[in-house]
Amino acid sequence: MKLTLRVWRQRNADADGAMSTYEVDDISADMSFLEMLDTLNEELILKGEDPVAFDHDCREGICGACSLVINGDAHGPERTTSCQLHMRSFEDGDTIDIEPWRASAFPVVKDLVVDRSAFDRIIQAGGYVTAPTGAAPEAHATPVPKPDADFAFEHAECIGCGACVAACPNGAAMLFTSAKINHLNVLPQGAPERETRVLDMVAQMDEEGFGGCTLAGECATACPKGIPLVSITGMNKEWLRATRKAGKR
Amino acid sequence: MTRTMWDSSVGKKTVMAASGLIMLGYLVVHMLGNLKIFFGSDEFNHYAHWLRTIGEPFLHYEWALWIIRVVLVAAVVAHAVSAYQLSRRDIRARPTKYVHKKPRASYATRTMRWGGIILGLFIVWHILDLTTGTVHPGGFQHGHPYQNVIDTFSTWYGNVIYIVAMLALGLHVRHGFWSAAQTLGVGSRTRDRAFKTIANVLALVLTAGFIAVPVGVMTGVVS
Ligand code: HEM
Ligand code: SF4
Ligand code: FES
Repeated sequence: MKLTLRVWRQRNADADGAMSTYEVDDISADMSFLEMLDTLNEELILKGEDPVAFDHDCREGICGACSLVINGDAHGPERTTSCQLHMRSFEDGDTIDIEPWRASAFPVVKDLVVDRSAFDRIIQAGGYVTAPTGAAPEAHATPVPKPDADFAFEHAECIGCGACVAACPNGAAMLFTSAKINHLNVLPQGAPERETRVLDMVAQMDEEGFGGCTLAGECATACPKGIPLVSITGMNKEWLRATRKAGKR
Repeated sequence: MTRTMWDSSVGKKTVMAASGLIMLGYLVVHMLGNLKIFFGSDEFNHYAHWLRTIGEPFLHYEWALWIIRVVLVAAVVAHAVSAYQLSRRDIRARPTKYVHKKPRASYATRTMRWGGIILGLFIVWHILDLTTGTVHPGGFQHGHPYQNVIDTFSTWYGNVIYIVAMLALGLHVRHGFWSAAQTLGVGSRTRDRAFKTIANVLALVLTAGFIAVPVGVMTGVVS
């Protein structure tokens, strides 16, 4: 296929950016979206131009590094990560717009790369358990009811990619934060920090300058791991419970 | 606890949901009361008088009404201030728009903000029109709400303002009631359909019930 790409180019965090147009040819429908960008970059390097910077690591949909807004959709038209998106989702002759995640809490570092360390700080605020766990424990040592295990697992699927923030009209990190809180708060291992976790993580989320939820639902539509919108409801419930308990103390 | 509430985006949203539900509860009662206009001026005016005597003899004349007014003003202020502050935070969190625009994004959020502003302006006009009489067309008579209502809905602009505001109210309640369930943490996967249905029914009944009055005056059913 032959494609026209309009790519956000920005030299560094302080520079102004703009969309630049490139033509790529001989793109196979079986290529991943990132392989298509590799093709573009090889050509740019041969021409002595600066290749397009974009984040990627595992290229198998599990690390959450890849982060492209493709034609206005975080991770593009399919419900998957940018690395797992294939060129068969596009037509020969298409023009494709490629932009970085947009949120004031995710400043652009270069081209399509944004700084997502705000997510790391939310995790540092409470997205862990303090119990020393050592090596993997015997699976039946701590019984977990099946529905709770399923619930925890569903939320544990979040790969921290930030597509939810990119898609949200308010640049909110509610879906990510709720996934982490729900994952740990439902498990016995997470119980000792159940209240401080939600209070501290929500406070950090606000501190980082993310917006709030208006239930637009764009996050859950963009999420490659299918974290549901109702996850945010669950976080609100945990937050209100923790606030009530803290008020009694 | 009050500080934690107001300082957190989640807490502030709780204030918005709670104050919204207080206003919603009031509006359901208000709408039902308004429908008494279809039973004639005696019954309607008597009902309006009764509102001032609720709680007597324990409460003094009009005390109950003033308590309701104070609660409502507090709710409107809390709702509008939290909506304003949260909206500012949201806009600051997403300063750069995508070059590739998509129409559907943020439809509900925009309707809520514009709808909220329309409702805020409407509330001011409505009080100046039918409570204080300041901007009332024709001679405003205290204690004769039936005639006042007919005067208002005998002007084209009275009907337009009122009907537009009630349509905005319907849209606001439709997203707002369901949102409040999520904000207050009572929504769930199994209850989602029920909350959406209640929200739609509430929105429809409120809008239709309120609009029935100007339509009644316009068609001469109420005169
Ligand atoms: C002063 C005029 C008003 C303004 C400025 C206003 C504004 C807003 C805004 C911006 C939202 C948030 C929307 C979102 O999250 O997407 C909201 C939510 C809401 N509003 Fe209003 N509104 C007003 C009047 C009312 C009235 C009269 C009612 C009563 C029916 C009401 C009920 C609600 C409810 C129940 C919510 C949901 C709260 C939540 O999202 O958890 N509002 N309002
Ligand atoms: S909730 Fe979904 S979209 Fe958001 S960071 Fe996690 S995996 Fe990515
Ligand atoms: S590169 Fe790891 S998820 Fe896409």
